[in-house]
Amino acid sequence: MAEHTEHKHEPNYLEYQGKYKGLLGWLTSTDHKRIGLMYFYAMMTFFLSGVVMGLLMKLELIAPGEQLMGAQTYNGLFTVHGLTMIFLFVIPGVAAVFGNLFLPIMIGAKDVSFPRLNLFSWYLYMIGAMVVLGSQFIGDGPPDTGWTFYAPYSLKTNTNVVFAVTGAFILGFSSILTGLNFIVTMHRLRAPGMGWMRMPLFCWTLYGTGWIQLLATPVVGITFLMVVAERTLGIGFFDPALGGDPILYQHLFWIYSHPAVYIMILPAMGAITEIVITFSRKTVFGYTAMVISSMAIAFVGYFVWGHHMYTSGMSSTARWVFSFITFLVAIPSAIKVFNWTATLYKGSINLQTPFFWAIGFIFVFMIGGFSGLVLGSLATDIHVHDTAFVVAHFHYIVFGGTGFAFFAALHYWYPKIYGKVYNGKVANIGLVIFFTGFNLLYFPMFVLGIMGMPRRYYDYLPMFHTPNIISTVGSWILAIGLIIVIVNLLRARKGSGKEIDNPWDGRTLEWSIASPPIVENFEEVPTVDHEAYDYK
Amino acid sequence: MSENNHHISSYKDHLLVLLILIFLTVITVAITSIELGPFNTAAAMLIASVKAAVVLLYFMHLKFDHKIYRITVGIVLAIYAAVIVVTFFDYFYR
Amino acid sequence: METTTHHEDLHRDDTASKLGMWLFIFTEILLFGGMFIVYSVYRYKNPVAFHIAHEELSIPMGFINTVILLISSATVAISISSIQKGDRKLTIRMLVVTLLLALTFLINKYFEWGAKFEHGMYPGSDLMANLSHGDMLFFSLYFFMTGLHAVHIIVGMILLGVSLYKVQKGLVHSTRFALLENSGLYWHLVDLIWIFLFPLFYLIH
Repeated sequence: MAEHTEHKHEPNYLEYQGKYKGLLGWLTSTDHKRIGLMYFYAMMTFFLSGVVMGLLMKLELIAPGEQLMGAQTYNGLFTVHGLTMIFLFVIPGVAAVFGNLFLPIMIGAKDVSFPRLNLFSWYLYMIGAMVVLGSQFIGDGPPDTGWTFYAPYSLKTNTNVVFAVTGAFILGFSSILTGLNFIVTMHRLRAPGMGWMRMPLFCWTLYGTGWIQLLATPVVGITFLMVVAERTLGIGFFDPALGGDPILYQHLFWIYSHPAVYIMILPAMGAITEIVITFSRKTVFGYTAMVISSMAIAFVGYFVWGHHMYTSGMSSTARWVFSFITFLVAIPSAIKVFNWTATLYKGSINLQTPFFWAIGFIFVFMIGGFSGLVLGSLATDIHVHDTAFVVAHFHYIVFGGTGFAFFAALHYWYPKIYGKVYNGKVANIGLVIFFTGFNLLYFPMFVLGIMGMPRRYYDYLPMFHTPNIISTVGSWILAIGLIIVIVNLLRARKGSGKEIDNPWDGRTLEWSIASPPIVENFEEVPTVDHEAYDYK
Repeated sequence: MSENNHHISSYKDHLLVLLILIFLTVITVAITSIELGPFNTAAAMLIASVKAAVVLLYFMHLKFDHKIYRITVGIVLAIYAAVIVVTFFDYFYR
Repeated sequence: METTTHHEDLHRDDTASKLGMWLFIFTEILLFGGMFIVYSVYRYKNPVAFHIAHEELSIPMGFINTVILLISSATVAISISSIQKGDRKLTIRMLVVTLLLALTFLINKYFEWGAKFEHGMYPGSDLMANLSHGDMLFFSLYFFMTGLHAVHIIVGMILLGVSLYKVQKGLVHSTRFALLENSGLYWHLVDLIWIFLFPLFYLIH
């Protein structure tokens, strides 16, 4: 397994030249690996612009009073920051980039089932992104509703809600088609011998994610269409002045947007699982339990949306029902954490950058999860709702979860994607700085939330000053860490590429082929005759 | 061909199914024009569900397809039904 | 489903396209499902207003459209049977009939909506803005849901039209009919949704 397989006579997917050369060759390519990379480049651009917006907000909050911007600019900024990060980065995130790059390879296929549809999804994603970001510049200023577009304010504000909502609708469509494609691929294109229970666990999480994308996204799609209709045609759905029920909007919104959290986190958990296994050099503890917990998270996660609405005026019966189901969803998540640690136990652990990122993920994800229990139980939620505590919680989950997993996966699969190695030492330094900055940035917000500082304001009382300073400084440290990580990876593109077909001794199929993979992935169709993680 | 040993429905079956569906539609209109209190809606929805099931099983060929289709359709409809129930935990008790 | 004989011909996997179409139908069901949730919540909250408002709709019109869609579903089903039996002529005839029925449905809809518009009842009109809350919600939902359904009719017609064209060209035939089969599935979905729309809007008691 470890030696370098000599099949360089076939061009790899990065160098391959089809009908068109250069950029056009990429833009018309239906190769799942190229599409994955196109998602990656687009997504990193959006992510970095989102980071800049976040930094600006933190800078505004460095002291009470107006520093950089007024209330309206700040409102627009946190809305577009949220839209960019949620809809353009974390929701497609790990699935669209690493799912596209590696799902077909991991199950021994040449491509996804519908390659052209796959490319179409990417174009939809780009169009949706342009429309969402365009809402910044066209019309009457950026939307100021927050990324949730709560009625009735989203129906009344004069800002560019229609544009942003339409963009989110298009992005949802792109997400649905990707999920559909992945599900069909896993049903139809598994290599001979690759039974369902031999699939790598990353694939299983993508399978669960695909189902959530299919079944949850249309609900928010129709809700957004209703908002557009309500704003443009003046008919009543959610506006209480016209008889509508704004709480119903929240129901419909969260019927999608809570499962969307699992669209973000499931593939992230899958990538972390792959990394933990490879770097423990030991087969996974409880494969079946991992599969079941993935599907259980996808399923139970569909019925907990109401915990975003405890204080909205929902009936108290609904509140305890949602609270109860919310606690249920902690069980499969905890199973995953236990299985990761049990996999590490007595493994011969290989201390490398991807592994450190994965451990970082488990740490921050646990903080995020525990603070989630505070928000999931009724009484404590009422104390901290709509405070900085909530902001801290979901940044620990969304950024700490999906973001860390994204970078973990990037460091893990980087040699496979580019056929190059990065400087591990610099990568580790970058990670430590990033990790420090991350916790300095978000942990004080827990404290601020408990002290009572509300979210979504450009200004605050002087009593909240000290934690805010720490938080802002943390944002700078995080940015420095991020720059180091990215520059290190960019420099590695020029680096050496010897002997790296399987640098980590991984046992899933992508490590059995050349780095970077050839266009058709495998020289001949692989036959699988062993379980997913075949460590002796 | 989509499936091995593929089943082709006969024209006669299709026409029979159509007659059943039209008959059920007539029944729905008839039943909702008489006073049954809250049972009107229930009856209308029940008949609509029967019609939907007939369309799914015969026109959409589920009855003769691989069972995975029936299972997934069942699961999806069950999830949707559960979503409605959970939503109404709010509205019934408000 | 478990057969993995696809690698010989990667670009031709009819089961995959059928599975894909079913998954897409699921998203469509949930799309309309979201609206049915809105409908049921507002009907639950405004039972009397919904009852009175529905009397503005013509039951015979709705009934005729229901029967039209049911017949068109049957003709599509027959066309799928006939293409597998190799009877191209019947397939073409049935598809033409289906398209004509779909067109009739839309024309009926046009007159139905047109009559409302003539009375000044359309989204954004003064009349509608001055309705009571329950009536307003009823007609908002009526226009939005039947409107979106009509959009689906048009999409279904395009799919069936493409299938018809390919049958005529001989590109869709007795051993290669996945396109027609999937367009048919989509068409049945449109029918399926109408089966619920009809009693919910026209037959409230």
